[in-house]
Amino acid sequence: MADVQNTTGSTTAGSIEVGTAGAGAQLAGPGTGRAAVQQPIDARVAVKPSYDVNDFPVPHGREEDWRFTPLHRLGGLHDGTAATAERGEDKVEFTLPDGVTAETVGREDARLGKAGTPVDRVAAQAFSAFEQALVVTVPKDAVLTEPVKIDVRAEGGVRFAHVVIDVKPFAEAVVVLNHEGTGTRAANVELLVGDGAKLTFVSVQDWDRDAVHVAQHNALVGRDASFKSVVVTFGGDLVRLHPRVNYAGPGGEAELFGLYFADAGQHLEHRLIIDHDTPHCRSNVAYKGALQGQDAHAVWVGDVLIRAAALGTDTYELNRNLVLTDGARVDSIPNLEIETGEIVGAGHASATGRFDDEQLFYLMARGIPADEARRLVVRGFFAELLQQIGVAEVQEQLMEKIETELESAV
Amino acid sequence: MATLEIRDLHVSVEAENGPREILKGVDLTVKQGETHAIMGPNGSGKSTLAYSLAGHPKYTVTGGSVLLDGEDVLEMSVDERAKAGVFLAMQYPVEVPGVSVSNFLRTAATAVRGEAPKLRLWVKEVKEAMAALQMDPAFAERNVNEGFSGGEKKRHEILQLELLKPKIAILDETDSGLDVDALRIVSEGINRVRSTGEVGTLLVTHYTRILRYIQPDYVHVFAGGRIVESGGAELADKLENEGYEAYVKGGASE
Ligand SMILES: Nc1ncnc2c1ncn2[C@@H]1O[C@H](COP(=O)(O)OP(=O)(O)OP(=O)(O)O)[C@@H](O)[C@H]1O
Ligand SMILES: [Mg+2]
Repeated sequence: MADVQNTTGSTTAGSIEVGTAGAGAQLAGPGTGRAAVQQPIDARVAVKPSYDVNDFPVPHGREEDWRFTPLHRLGGLHDGTAATAERGEDKVEFTLPDGVTAETVGREDARLGKAGTPVDRVAAQAFSAFEQALVVTVPKDAVLTEPVKIDVRAEGGVRFAHVVIDVKPFAEAVVVLNHEGTGTRAANVELLVGDGAKLTFVSVQDWDRDAVHVAQHNALVGRDASFKSVVVTFGGDLVRLHPRVNYAGPGGEAELFGLYFADAGQHLEHRLIIDHDTPHCRSNVAYKGALQGQDAHAVWVGDVLIRAAALGTDTYELNRNLVLTDGARVDSIPNLEIETGEIVGAGHASATGRFDDEQLFYLMARGIPADEARRLVVRGFFAELLQQIGVAEVQEQLMEKIETELESAV
Repeated sequence: MATLEIRDLHVSVEAENGPREILKGVDLTVKQGETHAIMGPNGSGKSTLAYSLAGHPKYTVTGGSVLLDGEDVLEMSVDERAKAGVFLAMQYPVEVPGVSVSNFLRTAATAVRGEAPKLRLWVKEVKEAMAALQMDPAFAERNVNEGFSGGEKKRHEILQLELLKPKIAILDETDSGLDVDALRIVSEGINRVRSTGEVGTLLVTHYTRILRYIQPDYVHVFAGGRIVESGGAELADKLENEGYEAYVKGGASE
């Protein structure tokens, strides 16, 4: 079972609904006193990964990996209708430090498709339908002092995107992919982290309220390489992101951080898979979300798979949610599946707490107005995570974004 | 001079079988510079009075009035009451995860004072107030009340009292859960605020021991949801010797 608890210790759970691991794979392995695996993570994805959309049946909504997603709000990304709908434009601006290249390439470019394969129909749709891909290359040994910035402003319509961030061996880079505007967007993002390289990849979903965005992020982490993913999702009507990590050699390290803020009616879904199939790799996941308003819905699924070969694995994943008002819903499902006992550590935690009336009263009794009290709590909740990002400039920018979001939303 | 006037205050809570009246006509006037001790048995409604004055949503005022310098306190939201100068030190302060003490104090001071205190002066002010209450400076970086011991929570309440400088301070069982040293330190903090002469204090307590440190001007016996006897400091001695028995039996307590 997931460790589902109420962080505030209060009993005012109200309308919080918390998913448990019962529906997915059961936690198994050392220290859990549990050996049975109900349904392995592998098996829950019904169809084999493929680049071809036609290899995936159209989801009907009861599949394990689609059951939380309101399909009718996907803008047809899942059933082929988006592929024939009117295409829209993206305005893209680059900030490229010296030595970094950004190229627009055709579908046949040999550098595409190396980091991973689409695992669901929308990702495969994006792969089958994109026209041109973006390849950003950070050369070998280059240690960037400034972030690479890719600012995308979507201008309506449907668009399928493919992005490759190729960080060559021993290079160090921070790449910020910022999304604004509106439209229906599906994408695959490949993150190649060469041997000994360090990549911090930040994906900000600062969409207009009506945008639809589905993306699979495939990271392939090289030998002794470090990969850090920071996902920040505020905007959009429906956002469904699927960060995945695979290791190309031993000694790799992956940290996946996420922040999301779901307002009334928004569906924000983050599904992670870390596939430990290589010895002596580490992973650390921390996602935090705040929700407020009627039918604000956050879904977080964290799958960590430690395969038999992955000796010496060290992994931890955490998801915390803060529910600010009635009517919001959280489904939080950490899954940890362990096929070898020879590991350093493996753990997970999920907690959904409620900003309750007593906390609100306490802050207000000190003169702090209700909205400011909520902001104070959310800011603090997110700041704890931001501090772990470890890139000062990114931290500051994200804090500013959070402030803006809080000013407008709370 | 600030005056809090409570007139025939009736307050109910929502119980399982409908509303239940807890306060049954409370009359009390507290003036700036005065200290009133409110003493009564468990369950007599002392906290209900304290929380009602601060505006806790759980309590419904069904009758009577509360005026602060002629202003209708009952019309004000919780934060407006605090800004108007009402301060409640809580019997059971709640944890607020994710909000550091220093951030909380500064936000509260900014709200109550109407402008952000100058950073340098503020840091000094907080440091000194914490030192006076023998609080480890590390508390400033901890989350509000999270993992605080009972005594630490009470010191934190009095720290806020010292920084927010209210007109009317309602201290709900600030003495409970304190050992002798902590009781002395906390009482000294309360006395520092009292000695300014600018605060009217409503000291809610079950025991007389805090009155050894804090000399009340008036003592009120609270039983069955109202004040049943009022007197000077000598009334506390009587309670010390005889307990509440006489009031509970004869009074309107349920
Ligand atoms: N939700 C509720 N339903 C029913 N009764 C309630 C409710 N809330 C409070 N009460 C009752 O109101 C009465 C007064 O409670 P209050 O906390 O004000 O007492 P107190 O004098 O502060 O006691 P103590 O000395 O234990 O702190 C108690 O009998 C309590 O059980
Ligand atoms: Mg009480």
